[in-house]
Amino acid sequence: MRDARRAFPVVFLGLLALVPVVAHLTGEPYYLTVFSRIMVFGLAALGLNLILGFGGLVSFGHALYLGIGAYAVGILSAHGVTSGFAHLGAALAVGAVAALLIGLVCLRTSGMAFIMITLAFAQMFYFLAVGLRQYGGDDGLSIPARSAFGPLALQDATVLYYVIFALLAATLYVLHRVVHARFGMVLQGCRENERRMIALGFPTLRYKLAAYVASALICVLAGVLLANLTQYASPAYMQWVVSGDLIVMILFGGMGTLLGPVVGAAAIIAIEDVLTAFRLGLPWGIDQVVNAHWMAILGALIIVVVLTLKQGLYGWLVHRAARAG
Amino acid sequence: MTASLLFTQLLNGLQLGILLFLLSSGLTLVFGIMNFVNLAHGSLYMLGAYFAASAFRATGSFLAAGVIAVAATLALGVAVERLALARLYARDHLDQVLTTFGLILIFNEAVRFVWGSAPVYMNVPAALAGTVNLFGLPYPAYRFAIIAVGLAVGLALYVLIHRTRVGMLIRAGAANGPMVAALGVNIRLLNTLVFGLGAALAALAGLMAGPIFAVQPGMGESILILTLVAIVTGGIGSIRGAFYGALLVGVVDTVGRAFLPALLREFLDRALAQAAGPALASMLIYLLMAVVLALRPRGLFPVKRS
Repeated sequence: MRDARRAFPVVFLGLLALVPVVAHLTGEPYYLTVFSRIMVFGLAALGLNLILGFGGLVSFGHALYLGIGAYAVGILSAHGVTSGFAHLGAALAVGAVAALLIGLVCLRTSGMAFIMITLAFAQMFYFLAVGLRQYGGDDGLSIPARSAFGPLALQDATVLYYVIFALLAATLYVLHRVVHARFGMVLQGCRENERRMIALGFPTLRYKLAAYVASALICVLAGVLLANLTQYASPAYMQWVVSGDLIVMILFGGMGTLLGPVVGAAAIIAIEDVLTAFRLGLPWGIDQVVNAHWMAILGALIIVVVLTLKQGLYGWLVHRAARAG
Repeated sequence: MTASLLFTQLLNGLQLGILLFLLSSGLTLVFGIMNFVNLAHGSLYMLGAYFAASAFRATGSFLAAGVIAVAATLALGVAVERLALARLYARDHLDQVLTTFGLILIFNEAVRFVWGSAPVYMNVPAALAGTVNLFGLPYPAYRFAIIAVGLAVGLALYVLIHRTRVGMLIRAGAANGPMVAALGVNIRLLNTLVFGLGAALAALAGLMAGPIFAVQPGMGESILILTLVAIVTGGIGSIRGAFYGALLVGVVDTVGRAFLPALLREFLDRALAQAAGPALASMLIYLLMAVVLALRPRGLFPVKRS
């Protein structure tokens, strides 16, 4: 069990590191974009999982922070500010203030009310973005050039890929340390039994708020990367569906683990990609039906995973590897 | 901004609220009794609307369309509950959310497969095509009929829940399910009954929404979000909370959309008001919910637990 748990992240990250090489060798740069997307959403899911998986706080509004990151890049670019440090700094500053204030209000509630109040704030920001007519309103705004980080040429898709990869790997490492440190233990204690943690003398609200802000900032970072990847900032990034997708990714991959959400993001995006471009030459036009109605297959897969694999895809993989080895 | 316009918009708000109430009452009962989060409730509404549109086209009778839509959705809802959802009652809320999310995807694609992606239009029945005279103001008869039917359903639900034996069991189940089961009540049957009731009400809402909104894939999700806002604002698990929450959300949303842009123009620069008005109006119900939850996390009319 322990070996599989240690080996899998290394293998997983190793494979991700090799993607650009394979893409270049096969002459399919398209894969670079797909896997960049996977890693950006993996990063966002990883951030949300800090409070959802380890803190037991189901936020149904983390797309909001994805949107803050994307709009920081979009709005600053629209005003001619191209410095990536300015983009990142502004995004994190706005994100931190927003998360602190929203977190303070939301954490007054718990359970179903917490789910809905986080949704409420995300929806408010969604409509705020739709109302920003000078920044594209409903349509969003396109970003002419990617953020300029000194010598890092993000215009090159491979460089951007490795920047995203490095940030994902670094976040995984930091969260690994955080989750196994005292802070992570307190957070998990709050998930299991908050009343007992209070009785032990922990200021639980402060811990939960810190975790909420940290998880929001990871999503802000993912938002900055998403805007750079698509060169677009759109209110659609903040739609409740995106918040829902992040939760689906976490649960699909397995929420008890750090890598689970990233595996879940990879699985969901890969499934979408494979099914929409499905060409097996099956009889009776099955190919076309699958292409057009891939979401139904995704839905069925989600239900099967929930009903049969209680710890998600990653939990199941690790468990299987441990039994086989 | 005249009084008659305000009155009309209030009625429109009431009508949206009534529609939301038909959905929220079923959803809140399922949540209150089975402790089950059913995101696919919006899909039942969508299927009800599609069944109604097809049946209306085939039979030409709105009443027959209603009976067929409600019966078909009821049967489908009970089948789904028995086959898939019943085994999830004991599981985590998140598992329930995920499974029903998967169901939404399947239902949407199934609808797209059978009826196509283009919206299906449904006419207002001929008998209700005109207007009624309310205190000297003409108001569409069909919308008025929605309000009347909704209020009648609300009354019937009140009688069912507070004056009958089944209603007593439902209330008891909401307060303490395991205890009711321990007293020898067939809780499985009660669960199916409540789920079926919710499905039937959702179909009724779909039937009545058909001629007003376009019947299309995905129509269930936007209304599901509004319904969730309504039950959380009102207080999860109580019919009373679902009723007042739905009316509040319907009226605030409709009246806000109608008057907020004009109101802002009085205070703000014209261009700014033009941009901010609609956005702020769309935000209003979420603002309302956030304020309610921050001050009273269990909603305005929570279930009393002794």
